Amino acid sequence: MSTPRLEVRGLRKQFPGVLALDGVSLTLAPGEVLAVVGENGAGKSTLMKIVAGIYSPDAGEIRLDSQPVHFRTPAEAMAAGVILIHQELNLAENLTVIDNLFLGREATRGGVLHLLNRTAMREQATELLARVGLPASRARVRIEFLSPGEKQLVEIARALGTAVRVLIMDEPTSSLTQRETERLYGVIDGLKNAGVSILYISHRLAEVKRVADRVCVLRDGRNAGELSGSEITHDNMVRRMVGRDLRQFYPQVHRRGVGGAAVLRLKHVRVAGRSAEPVSLEVRAGEVLGMAGLVGAGRTELAEAVFGVRPLAGGTLELNGQPVQITAPAQAIAAGILLVPEDRRRHGLILPESVGFNLSLPNLDRLSSPWGVKRRAEAELHRTWIERLRVRTPSAAQPTGLLSGGNQQKIVYGKWLARQPQVLILDEPTRGVDVGAKAEIYALIDELAGQGVAVWMITSDMEELLGMADRIVVMHEGRIAGELVGQQRTEEAVMQLATGGRTR
Amino acid sequence: MTRIFGVLGLLVILYAVLFNTHERAGSLSNLIDVANYQGRYGLITLGAALVIIVGGIDLSIGSVVGGAAILFGVLMMDGVHPYAAVPLVILFGSLIGAANGLLITRLRLQPFLVTLCGMFIIRGLARIIAQPSPYRGTVSLSNVREAHAAFEQPLLSLRYYLIGKSPSDGELLFPAQFFLLLAAAAVIGFFLHRTAYGRYWYAIGHSELAAKYAGVNVNRHRVTVYTIGSALAALVGVLLFLNEPSIQSDNAGVGWELYAILGAVLGGCSLRGGEGTAAGMVLGAMVLPVIENIVNFRGEKSDVIPFIVGMTLLLGTIVDELIRRRSRMYR
Repeated sequence: MSTPRLEVRGLRKQFPGVLALDGVSLTLAPGEVLAVVGENGAGKSTLMKIVAGIYSPDAGEIRLDSQPVHFRTPAEAMAAGVILIHQELNLAENLTVIDNLFLGREATRGGVLHLLNRTAMREQATELLARVGLPASRARVRIEFLSPGEKQLVEIARALGTAVRVLIMDEPTSSLTQRETERLYGVIDGLKNAGVSILYISHRLAEVKRVADRVCVLRDGRNAGELSGSEITHDNMVRRMVGRDLRQFYPQVHRRGVGGAAVLRLKHVRVAGRSAEPVSLEVRAGEVLGMAGLVGAGRTELAEAVFGVRPLAGGTLELNGQPVQITAPAQAIAAGILLVPEDRRRHGLILPESVGFNLSLPNLDRLSSPWGVKRRAEAELHRTWIERLRVRTPSAAQPTGLLSGGNQQKIVYGKWLARQPQVLILDEPTRGVDVGAKAEIYALIDELAGQGVAVWMITSDMEELLGMADRIVVMHEGRIAGELVGQQRTEEAVMQLATGGRTR
Repeated sequence: MTRIFGVLGLLVILYAVLFNTHERAGSLSNLIDVANYQGRYGLITLGAALVIIVGGIDLSIGSVVGGAAILFGVLMMDGVHPYAAVPLVILFGSLIGAANGLLITRLRLQPFLVTLCGMFIIRGLARIIAQPSPYRGTVSLSNVREAHAAFEQPLLSLRYYLIGKSPSDGELLFPAQFFLLLAAAAVIGFFLHRTAYGRYWYAIGHSELAAKYAGVNVNRHRVTVYTIGSALAALVGVLLFLNEPSIQSDNAGVGWELYAILGAVLGGCSLRGGEGTAAGMVLGAMVLPVIENIVNFRGEKSDVIPFIVGMTLLLGTIVDELIRRRSRMYR
């Protein structure tokens, strides 16, 4: 093996109360893709942040092309060609794509005024965007109007504009559709051929199998094994990540499956601001209805309209055969229609507030008395759901933002489950959640469906869709493109419908 | 909690300085005088702080104080009985708050702009209604007494119960305005810390979107809070009228919205919203009157007051930010 591009040895990092990294080592060859996997809290993020200069290690060394490096700031790491693409993207939403591509390193005509050389930047932008498969016409669009997938590609294009040697991608596909993910794989292959080394962090093991040359597994801040070539299998990775076998990843123990009575019926529903055909749909008791589609197909918008966050432009909703009028989330909640939103950090939780605050928030109507919130009942509610969902938190007073993604997501479930839902709408139910918590959430969904809750699960994760859904509805450009049951539920069939029936 | 200890420490130091400034500074009558000022000032701080907690800002408070004082005087000159005039003036304040809230929520205008406009409009209204002949820009307690002898007794009672001034000689007997502040703070503290309302207000201040997705009627709560804030400001207008020899329409309450915001911030409210406690608001509001009293006793010109106030707030902000950074070390 030639000299490694990046060599990390014996990295240690102590945070107050947590030993995040305890002697982690890894090597990365030029043009190689090394996936780093592990449950949340295993130390992946800390490792990446040290390599990218955001944190400095307590012990251990990092060598870049055999030279020891000590990055004190992300800017130093970037100057050396080590670039981290964050999970939460770091683009200026109010600027255009081209502005973002050159932010901080604008081409100028020189002189005291530093006049911008727009022609040069435009030409270079076209080239950079072409390398990530985006059309040149996107260059003048403001970031806020791009899909999450396109934003991701813009971040990569920005990295390509610099002399990048090591590109660190943190959950790059968490908000991408299947097609965008495929496009990303293509871009990664291109980068490899250009000799860029990639550290790839992902919870989606299918994806790791697809892109990684080697896999480095972390558990509790230590190396827990390395896999390469044919050893990279789902089971091998999971076993090393959790230190045990994970059977029944997609359980179907409690559910009866299809055939329940319709709980929620959407009749010719149209979402304001979208001109597509009306949507009709049934969510039935005791089943998990999976909803697939590309990002932008209108799935989230439809769910939000049913939940009362956005206005319905037409059509009616029926709950257990009775028409219901929903114009605000409070009405949906009162009717037992509950939404676990796609973006839990913005819509699902008040991050600076405590676990208990978040669990109580939508249940205060039941916890209140004329003398204020009943503290004993409230503490009881907190204890019940923290225990039942096995939320790993020191106490109910812990700020929610300090929990891992999986535990945060459990809080979002907990605040709704305290209300005995009739219809539970799950929008990307396990996004950014580690493997262990994922299994727990799937078991919970199964249990709820078994109790007769109608579960409507929107997901872009193909494994999750095929593993969990009893019935699959596919949306394409704001309308229902088709429904798949039983043996029809295959990846090919879903993709066919999601892409408008064209063969790929 | 650390924030409360910060402002508490500051107050202890300020009172220690005050006692050492002049032999009369520690006298009971002076302390009652300061406490009354703190009470008046604390009531508008409570209102400003609630608005800040839900992530807003109210710049019209000072004008509402001035406008309410003028309106109170003019109503009584026109023959409205004092006991009827007090609720009318508070209703006037509530309506202004509701209007601010509705403009901010329904039309989605920025709180800063809406209440900045309100600041000018209400000040303008106060000056317009106080402009004609009997007033010439000024209303006063003595004018009302001269015009309506029948109001003498009710006004003396109001002055006693709301200000603490003796009906016989006008001497300050007890800090009634401070007691009013404590009562209001207790009620607001109950809502803020013990009921669902407070939870919703903090939730809205931290993340309006997440509150909305949890079923909170964000708009209604924001309107409520602006209404409470302006109603408190109107009450302070009444107190101001009863306390002062006369009220000038062009300067009564000018700049008080900034004092109220300052008190709220010193008391632990973050201008980003979602933070603050009732106890903190009371303590934060107590700071400025003590500083002013110290300056007065030292015989320095009041010209130095803005400088001292500004420096105090700046230091407070810096210390607060440093504490915040320390506690943010995790992740």
